[in-house]
Amino acid sequence: MSIRIAIAQCAPALGAVKRNLEMHEKWIARARAAGARLVIFPELSVTGYYLKDLAADVACAADDPQLARIAEASRDIDISAGFVERSADAKLHIAQGHWSGGKLVHVHRKVYLPTYGIFDDGRYFGPGDRFETYRWAGGTTGVAICEDLWHVSTPYLYASAGATIVLAPSASPGRGIAEGGDLGTAESCRLMDRFYASYLTVYVVYVNRVGHEDGIAFWGGSEIVAPDGTVAARAPEFDEELLIGEIDPELVARERARNPLLRDEREDIVLRNIAGRLGLPFDRRD
Amino acid sequence: MTSALARTGVIRPDPKDPSPLRIDEALVRKMLVLFIRDEIAKARLARAVVGVSGGVDSAVTVALATLALGAENVLGLFTPYRSSSAESRDHARELSRQFGFALEEVPITKQVDAYFTGLNKKVDRVRIGNKMARERKSIEYDRSWPDGIVLGTSNKTELLLGYGTQFGDMACGINPVGDLYKTQLRELALSIGIPEAIVRKPPTAELWEGQTDEGELGFTYADADLVLYHMVDRRLRPAELIEHGFDAQLVTRIREMVRRNHYKRVMPLIAKLSLRTVGHDFLYPRDWEAD
Repeated sequence: MSIRIAIAQCAPALGAVKRNLEMHEKWIARARAAGARLVIFPELSVTGYYLKDLAADVACAADDPQLARIAEASRDIDISAGFVERSADAKLHIAQGHWSGGKLVHVHRKVYLPTYGIFDDGRYFGPGDRFETYRWAGGTTGVAICEDLWHVSTPYLYASAGATIVLAPSASPGRGIAEGGDLGTAESCRLMDRFYASYLTVYVVYVNRVGHEDGIAFWGGSEIVAPDGTVAARAPEFDEELLIGEIDPELVARERARNPLLRDEREDIVLRNIAGRLGLPFDRRD
Repeated sequence: MTSALARTGVIRPDPKDPSPLRIDEALVRKMLVLFIRDEIAKARLARAVVGVSGGVDSAVTVALATLALGAENVLGLFTPYRSSSAESRDHARELSRQFGFALEEVPITKQVDAYFTGLNKKVDRVRIGNKMARERKSIEYDRSWPDGIVLGTSNKTELLLGYGTQFGDMACGINPVGDLYKTQLRELALSIGIPEAIVRKPPTAELWEGQTDEGELGFTYADADLVLYHMVDRRLRPAELIEHGFDAQLVTRIREMVRRNHYKRVMPLIAKLSLRTVGHDFLYPRDWEAD
């Protein structure tokens, strides 16, 4: 049985949390009307991305009343949305929450904070320190926020922990205008999505935003790539779109039967190799 | 245009190969139209004001503005000095007819001459040129009130070389063409239908008679753009460029212009005194939106 999901390829306003929450409610209603079981918003969808010093102004605890509107809306549709989380020890994190049945059921904190070129995440945020999978109606899932996905180890860890879906909420700036190809960033992201989906036999759900912040254009192009490497659905570049697509757990099973790379994966060798190099203890099981 | 062929091969720094500068014009046009539309809406403004000189940079800027906002929301200002040519006026008018925006002519000869006559001594022509550029910009800003934004027309080559007047032609609210080298801007111009006569004529600020950009700079835009592309976009060091056959004198000269004029590209320095200072550690995004 396929599960219908929706991607909200939207343009959050920078620092305007109330306005963004209203925007979320509208998109959630549209996703619900389209029969989706889950609607996924891009990175920092509640706050906007290039916050700079605004990050501290818009931060809140994961159980803050201002996010209650999202929790409330999740009674009959799961919602994955991005916000600035202020942890109990007052650190700021780029976070993606998953709300289901009126409650927050999972939070992923962005681990890899790009701080180079046009990015300055590491100046304003602290890194997450784990990659944990969780279950919802669609299956076991891991969240990779934007730069997290660029690190090969992220989807690898999720797949090895049993994930069949990798959700990748992003705020990816479009750049690279050379003749003879697609937008440079689009080429890179599509290559990643397709590679991870095919070789880890998972669904990659890439959720990018659109609109501008301080002259930088987010390019959209959200897509669902199936474990056989096919693009199940893809949104246009630069324009808003509620993208509807299906996740088929049977396809994961069929692909893994045909192509049992994960079954044959030697995590012990990976671990021994890395543990040895870092001088960490590693107990051989054989 | 986007080709069906994927890019192949390594981009090599080669003074005889201008192909790395080629752009996907359709993609760039779409990105810039959305940029103008979106950033003007975020500023809660409705109109764009563009100084239309008859040259290619302002031609592309004003054309993109009409595509983004509709011609009725774009005001072109042709602000001739007595050294401006009749050809420039014809080209500005031709653009106005072609793209449908209103064009107003506001001569600046009287006020510029009155100012310098009052000084009662001979002044360097560079000072007169700077004054003209700032006079024009003050008119554009005046005409942008209350609901318009002044669009910048400085291209990436000019910005990097610092070949412009600070708070003059370099001043603007937003600049759609500042990340395109002159060569790329010409390519974009042809693809959006800017007449060939405008695209192909020698670039000039017309600050004095016979002035051309390339004559004043002492090198061509084509040569400078390729050096800048490999130096800035591809991060090659001057020594590496020279090793790859680029003219040593040209590379050194361009590098020095980039360094010397960097002050023109950044906000003025503010003396740091307090615990939190504008520009230093009071860092809010410009597109800071209201709820």
